[in-house]
Amino acid sequence: MDKQTNQRGWLLVLPVVVIVAFSAILPLMTVVNYSVQDTFGNNQFFWNGVGWFSELLDPRSELGARFLEALWRNLLFSAIVLAIEIPLGVLVALAMPRQGWTVAFCLVVMALPLLIPWNVVGTIWQIFARSDIGLLGAAVNALGFDYNYTRDSFAAWATVVVMDVWHWTSLVALLAYAGLKAIPEPFYQAARIDGASRWAVFRTIQLPKMQRVLIIAVLLRFMDSFMIYTEPFVVTGGGPGNSTTFLSIDLVKLALGQFDLGKAAAMSIVYNLIILALCWVFWTVMTKDSGARGVR
Amino acid sequence: MARIDLVDLAHTYLAQATSAADYAVKPMTRAWRHGGAYALLGPSGCGKTTLLNIISGLIVPSRGRVQFDGRDVTALPTERRNIAQVFQFPVIYDTLSVYENLAFPLRNRGTDRRTIDARVREIAQLLDLSGALDHRARGLTADVKQKVSLGRGLVRSDVAAILFDEPLTVIDPHLKLQLRAMLKQLHRQLDLTMIYVTHDQTEALTFADEVVVMYEGEVVQAGTPEELFERPAHTFVGWFIGSPGMNLLPCRIDGTAAVVGGHRIGLGRRYAALPADRRIELGVRPEYTILAGLNGGLPVRVRRVDDLGRVRIAKVELAGHPVAAIVPDGLAIDGEEVAIALDSNRLHVYADGHLVAPAEA
Repeated sequence: MDKQTNQRGWLLVLPVVVIVAFSAILPLMTVVNYSVQDTFGNNQFFWNGVGWFSELLDPRSELGARFLEALWRNLLFSAIVLAIEIPLGVLVALAMPRQGWTVAFCLVVMALPLLIPWNVVGTIWQIFARSDIGLLGAAVNALGFDYNYTRDSFAAWATVVVMDVWHWTSLVALLAYAGLKAIPEPFYQAARIDGASRWAVFRTIQLPKMQRVLIIAVLLRFMDSFMIYTEPFVVTGGGPGNSTTFLSIDLVKLALGQFDLGKAAAMSIVYNLIILALCWVFWTVMTKDSGARGVR
Repeated sequence: MARIDLVDLAHTYLAQATSAADYAVKPMTRAWRHGGAYALLGPSGCGKTTLLNIISGLIVPSRGRVQFDGRDVTALPTERRNIAQVFQFPVIYDTLSVYENLAFPLRNRGTDRRTIDARVREIAQLLDLSGALDHRARGLTADVKQKVSLGRGLVRSDVAAILFDEPLTVIDPHLKLQLRAMLKQLHRQLDLTMIYVTHDQTEALTFADEVVVMYEGEVVQAGTPEELFERPAHTFVGWFIGSPGMNLLPCRIDGTAAVVGGHRIGLGRRYAALPADRRIELGVRPEYTILAGLNGGLPVRVRRVDDLGRVRIAKVELAGHPVAAIVPDGLAIDGEEVAIALDSNRLHVYADGHLVAPAEA
């Protein structure tokens, strides 16, 4: 059989190729370019091979130790945030009304935090949690707790985590709610006939049916929390000390603070690869038993 | 032990019903004998699913009572009624195996492990699911899923009635036949009341001992398939059952004859005079409307002849009204002008849709 070939198809793909090249591939290649060279003022470049990479990945070097610390800090932050936001979001979704005017009300209220820009969220909490004039900070202190996020690293962590939970649990809740709404009524009716308890309904119907949206929620929340920058930067500036210096904050310090473009470029690339690898792991593990790799 | 009585039952989805049209199920009193195989037949939106959900307890009726063996269960939640229901789309618990799916209703009721195991294996055997017990329910085909959801009803030894809500809608045609045969066999084997909701007359007529036809929230007739065919109590039944449906001709009754557009049709029975403000119709099935040669009876004009293979159906016009008639084997239709002969024992008179009994035989 003669297979018809039509080369015009390539022409149609061309705009996408151009856009992706300009928005992603060229900038990425620039970063690769920096990562293998050392730069000096007035644009002098010297070939450095994989020097920056080997320094970065060597925990005994200063750069490597610093990177590893920020990495652990960031992983811990993501883990805490996921562990709180996912169950909390599901609980909120379960508690949301299914019909009536309260649905619209709840949805709008839930969407509000998501509509606020990152730096505004940071500023709100920066003031809200201040121990001298902030409503929350002052109230906590008045209750007898010594709370000051600029001095105490535990308080700083607590502030950043609570802020993230406040900002992003809505997203998980909305996704979970969409998943819940998609469950046809007969499932609940059958469960009633089968005499299922509330918990059994959750375990055998709601959770499995929400699985797909929860995978998306976990991925989104992981990626977002793993590249978090603005809010902690505005609230704590990475402090006190380096206690809330997450990867992206460290990266900016390295690139724009110290102007070590080569080191920073190498760090960006490794950072990027870590995110890709972790997302792949999440995806593989979470879709393992849904048969056709999430396609159904 | 489950005779189901609906006593003066009605349901509306509105907060306040003001007219008869507001009722999804209009007031009715009806008994379902223990061990019967019933079909609830009617077009979409006629209230059959609502009625089913009232019996199973998923809906609390706006008024009236539901009784199981004389015990009032109207207020009882569905899990406390000895009833199971199979839905239009297979409801299975995705993440559980077939075995666990079948065991689920028993586990929820705290049955001991050994009884559960014995019961699940027995039912799996019955439904031909023994080989699939260890499978994840998610990957099963629609027909097996539907068997599993039926099985969840059957495992409970307390279940005395199973309600089916158009259970074969998503099943492939050739499997439909098998499943229907299986249901029929189960009904004979087990001492269960079965109520089967469908809008497919073939399904209803082959499954049930008694077919209950619903129309606009009302039961218009309940009877054996033969009764529904021979003596439709309502023009809707005549039209809905049979293919093509019953011929209905607007007419005037004059003693022992019906007058259709100037033609007198002998009824063989005398009817009392019917008030002029009611819509009077003469009903006769196409099976008893035979096309004949020119000099055979009522003169009609042929519009079209459909060859259905087994039989030929002529669409003709009698005094401007469309009529379907059987074309006897070997009759050649020559031209448009022919005649039809009606079997006078099979003529029915309807007033405002309802069958009118003759005044004398």
